[in-house]
Amino acid sequence: MKMKLWIYTCIVVSLIFVSGCQKGGDDTIKVGLIAELTGDIPAVGASCKNAAEMAVKEINESGGIDVGGKKYKVQLFVEDSASKPDQAASAAQKLITQQNVLAIIGPNSTSNALPASEIAESSKVVLISPWSTNPKTTLDAKGGAPKQFVFRACFIDPFQGGVVAKFARESLKAKKAAVLYDVASDYNKGIAEFFKKTFEEKGGQVTAFETYTTNDKDFSAQLTKIKSTGPDIIFLPNYYNEVPLQVQQAHRLGIKSIFIGSDSWGSQDLTKLCGKDCDGYYFSTHYSAESASPAAKKFIQAYTSGYGNTPDDVAALTYDSFGLFRQALSGLAKPDRQSLRDGLTKIAEYKGVTGDMRFQPGSGDPVKGAVIMQIKDGKFAWFTDAKP
Amino acid sequence: MTYLLQQTLNALQLGSIYALIALGYTMVYGILTMINFAHGDFFMVGAFVCFVVVTFLDLPFLPALLLSMAGVTVLGVMVERVAYKPLRQAPRVSAIITALGVGIFLENFTLALNPYPKHIPPLIANTSWTFGGITISSLQCTIIILSIVLMVLLDFLVQRTKVGMAMRAISWDKAVVPLMGVPVNFVISITFAVGSGLGGAAGMMYGMAYPVIDPYMGIMVGWKAFISAVVGGIGNVRGAMIGGYILGVLEIMVAAFLPSTYRDFVAFSLLIVLLIFRPYGIFGKPRPQKV
Repeated sequence: MKMKLWIYTCIVVSLIFVSGCQKGGDDTIKVGLIAELTGDIPAVGASCKNAAEMAVKEINESGGIDVGGKKYKVQLFVEDSASKPDQAASAAQKLITQQNVLAIIGPNSTSNALPASEIAESSKVVLISPWSTNPKTTLDAKGGAPKQFVFRACFIDPFQGGVVAKFARESLKAKKAAVLYDVASDYNKGIAEFFKKTFEEKGGQVTAFETYTTNDKDFSAQLTKIKSTGPDIIFLPNYYNEVPLQVQQAHRLGIKSIFIGSDSWGSQDLTKLCGKDCDGYYFSTHYSAESASPAAKKFIQAYTSGYGNTPDDVAALTYDSFGLFRQALSGLAKPDRQSLRDGLTKIAEYKGVTGDMRFQPGSGDPVKGAVIMQIKDGKFAWFTDAKP
Repeated sequence: MTYLLQQTLNALQLGSIYALIALGYTMVYGILTMINFAHGDFFMVGAFVCFVVVTFLDLPFLPALLLSMAGVTVLGVMVERVAYKPLRQAPRVSAIITALGVGIFLENFTLALNPYPKHIPPLIANTSWTFGGITISSLQCTIIILSIVLMVLLDFLVQRTKVGMAMRAISWDKAVVPLMGVPVNFVISITFAVGSGLGGAAGMMYGMAYPVIDPYMGIMVGWKAFISAVVGGIGNVRGAMIGGYILGVLEIMVAAFLPSTYRDFVAFSLLIVLLIFRPYGIFGKPRPQKV
């Protein structure tokens, strides 16, 4: 009797799975989302998921996307990358082979976006990373030629590192700079090097170029070394969960230099974790909720009322990724992977929440501007714009 | 010179924390000849208990410390009863695998509660004093002094009290000691309680020194403390303390004079070299083998 019950259960469960796979008829477009929902940077994943769900809801409520005279609804499949490269890769694999998605949005961090984009490229599936700023994400690992199916919604690190270095030299009048960065992460390493290059080209001096590895908590040795070189500014191109530790330890060692950072600071969790210690410091990012365009204001309002906090840059960029996806699709004859890819390259101008953008010819990197923000009383305040 | 002194101070802070955690490894090994690989995660729980009591109950430093220690003590004794006691007669490797499992359970349990990194608000006024170029913060003083006090207390417990004597006796011969009327289970529970309690205190101090805490924070620190215990001679209480400071100095000096990427490499190399040339550690004695 018990045996029979087991067999019935098995049959029912497998039927549920089979029917689950066939859900969604001809009039839906499947889109995959890979986000860092757990792991080192869960705030990034949460923002990304919120914005994605909001974008999909908006598309479906407006009747869907018009492709070749037919309205298609969008169905979203969310996968967690746990902020681990291998899990990001298997998430991409799963979305492509099991859910058979038309395109993938995400992952956000470069270390996750790199392996996922390799898989998308080899399967000829469009992948748009909202937040990965390392140049390698859209370039072929072997030849260095642009990948055909990988796009992003954000600017890239050579631009960002240059913007920050220029800002430090010209606006902050810094002569000596020190850098402390995570040598084990592609993003941090890349931007630190681009900063150093531009800062030295502009006549500044990089007195210390110190490294650590992901998950280190004690930076006292490196900071003591940095202190002994007496820099005017210290550049920390690190994630929001590590910057507070570095700034607080520096303060405890009696370091009084100004700290500056990059877009990886842009989560409100930074000020929650840092408290007053981060007040007055600067970082570059993708957009500012204060200086936004009217269209962006609408998005900010909708997001704030939906999720109870101001959207950070990841949310805005994820929303823009869906915007790019939608605009590319609506001019097509039929929704397939190859024509979506062609559609994206043909976008003349997309007016997004994070500014106007278009893709450079033959590349998945958009041309767009950056902003410099200052932290004031635990809030991010617009400081200045930086055009490409 | 001031640079070197400043780095030494940094090393003392890190070494104190390693030493406190290493004591937990060493005590459990000494008495059960089992490596409690979940100890690094006990340490993580200590930091989270501190976060909870400080954030939600708004407690000051001393009650928070006592509660963190008490919380992890209870956890340690519970884990010993539920997971390790049934395996006391089983091959040693089963107990080690169970310990790894307990560790993964604790990490993922904390992760499931809330995946976001947490910030422990400052518990003591942050003041720094500068003497001739060397900066000492109040926090650094607290950590170093408190660790040394706890270690002295433990040393007293092990060397001068009856329970301590029982612990040393059990670590010497587990088969004969019960025949002398020593309540072995009770002594083992006490050992777990004290070891875990020290881990909890270390977790809280680590959380104060590096105030962003996450569920995986115990893994690497746990390994480093394990290396400290092995360096000092696992099973030897004084050895674990010295081992903790040796590793702390080594790590800070590597980061100060070599690329910091060598830090973990040097730490683990030390473990390997030691296992080759002096497998029982600096202060350990080779155990007599019964043939």
